[in-house]
Amino acid sequence: MSSFLRVAGLRRIYDSVAAVDDISFEVNKGEFVALLGPSGCGKSTTLKMIAGLEQPDAGSIEIDGSDVLAKTPGKRNLSMVFQSYALFPHLSVKENILFGLKARKVAKKEQKTRLASAVAMVDLEPHLNKKPGQLSGGQSQRVALARSIVSNAPLCLMDEPLSNLDTKLRADMRSEIRSLQKKLGLTVVYVTHDQIEAMSMADRIILLNEGRVEQAAVPESFYNEPGSTFVASFIGHPPMNLVSHNDFQLGVRPEDVAVTDGNGNGVDVIVRECDYQGSETIVTTDYQGSVIRACLPGKRSLQEGSRVQLQWLPEAEHFFDKQSGQRVDRNSVPPFQFTSSNNNTYSGGI
Amino acid sequence: MRSSRQIHAWLLLLPALCLLVAFTHYPVIKTIARSFFGFGTRWEGKASLDNYRFLLEDDVLMQVLFNSFLYAAITVPVSIILAIAMALWVNSKMVGRGILRTAYFTPTVLPMISVANIWLFFYSPEIGLLNKLLGLVGHGGINWLGDPSVALYSLMAMTIWKEAGFFMIFYLAALQTIDSNLYHAAAIENASKWTVFKRITFPLLMPTTLFVLVNALLNAFKLVDHLFILTKGGPNNASNLLLYYIFENAFSFFDTAYAAALTVLLLSILVVLALVQFGVIEKRVHYR
Repeated sequence: MSSFLRVAGLRRIYDSVAAVDDISFEVNKGEFVALLGPSGCGKSTTLKMIAGLEQPDAGSIEIDGSDVLAKTPGKRNLSMVFQSYALFPHLSVKENILFGLKARKVAKKEQKTRLASAVAMVDLEPHLNKKPGQLSGGQSQRVALARSIVSNAPLCLMDEPLSNLDTKLRADMRSEIRSLQKKLGLTVVYVTHDQIEAMSMADRIILLNEGRVEQAAVPESFYNEPGSTFVASFIGHPPMNLVSHNDFQLGVRPEDVAVTDGNGNGVDVIVRECDYQGSETIVTTDYQGSVIRACLPGKRSLQEGSRVQLQWLPEAEHFFDKQSGQRVDRNSVPPFQFTSSNNNTYSGGI
Repeated sequence: MRSSRQIHAWLLLLPALCLLVAFTHYPVIKTIARSFFGFGTRWEGKASLDNYRFLLEDDVLMQVLFNSFLYAAITVPVSIILAIAMALWVNSKMVGRGILRTAYFTPTVLPMISVANIWLFFYSPEIGLLNKLLGLVGHGGINWLGDPSVALYSLMAMTIWKEAGFFMIFYLAALQTIDSNLYHAAAIENASKWTVFKRITFPLLMPTTLFVLVNALLNAFKLVDHLFILTKGGPNNASNLLLYYIFENAFSFFDTAYAAALTVLLLSILVVLALVQFGVIEKRVHYR
């Protein structure tokens, strides 16, 4: 597959601080790519630069093989869905959807057919004559999607489109957007700070941190093989436990940690907190000053301050270089030795 | 309990009510009464429509009414268009826009009397700034305030100069409440500047336009201060406006009864205008 969108060496500086600092990535035709990262990582700025709403200080952007930097947003042949939906409050749903086609002077008949098919795709027929103020959050979201669909643009940019919806609606819209994207063969760049959205919708995730690409890969490798301590501590609910040892940091996912009573072979810890979340309980423990969390199924209540032991399989261990934070191969790391109260040592594994 | 709350409410309303009754409602009623019962400065025993009959026969009034409507019909739209244009310009990102905003707003801060005095210097036939400038290009000069065919337009120019800056402030405030993402969305759709103005900015400014329109129309009938300084309604009533004509009748000709009838006429015009504005335009205004 050829890359449809190519971003290279993109940089944007605000008041001598680089919001986007040398970002490069490529998106294939028909691919759904999520730009994920904490607030202030430069993901929205990157999207705006692709759209042409902001000018980069350095770097290049190519869409479908042609350099678009000199082009205005309207000439880049893309559509955009905004976080606030950006619906025109004085225009009806129908007029909102048709706005772009009218601005581009598309023939009336063509407008009609495109409107009809877009509206059918997002189930907006009963609301065509309403004003945006009379719509619910989910309906407003659909109007924004429809506006993007009628444009027939092959590239769609989405800027946190679901962040104003409640949890249940968000889950519905996730699968709806994903199936729309597949049906229309859209190339999507989707900005979000929500790892669940990125994980569940994207073909590929690009994780940004402080204006740089931290890791770009398929969703499962973010979970299974985090490339750095930043990725490890960003992905997962709760994120990966990190314990430092010599020149390395050991990472273990809370889901991979088992809790036993204090008499076997394991890491000695003190229980600090049990956080019951319905399907699971997150146990926060203290290991010689650093926090290790365990995610246990069902409801578990452990006495605060009691001593327990933690165990995990060797395969569940991840290692990172302490200086650079980068992932290192398991075989190059000397075995971890946890001291325990009965003078046994525990080096991972049950 | 209920009656004590009632008393409480009335007590709270009393101060404002006293002022309103003393300075608004009582004068209005007295004016209406006077227009029926008065003759000159005197009261007469029985009601008559003489004052109103005279309204219809008064040629000067016809001239004054024509002037007033022409004055409103030109100053109101021109100041609104200028105000929108200035607000759009001052709202754009550029160097020195703070100074520009202040410059546009200055005429509004000045009292009408001082504004009129400044413009008197501009309009003076021999030493005035405008005629000096015309002299530079070899023109003999125009008698801005003395020529009956020019005097009213000279007054309009000054009014527009004074009002547009004031209305600009309202438009500027309204422009700043418009979500910038709407403009981003329009930019993505390749909408031209004119389309953006016509389909987004102007409709979203409609509530402000309604407000400004009401104010501008009222002002067009209310503002007379400058007439005292500049023309006193002359020459030959060419620049006379309704409110100034009322003042002349009441305090120069001492025909307070006829002035009262004129006042009732002015009030009716304003009421009709207000009803038309709120009735017709509000239907087409989008309120958020």
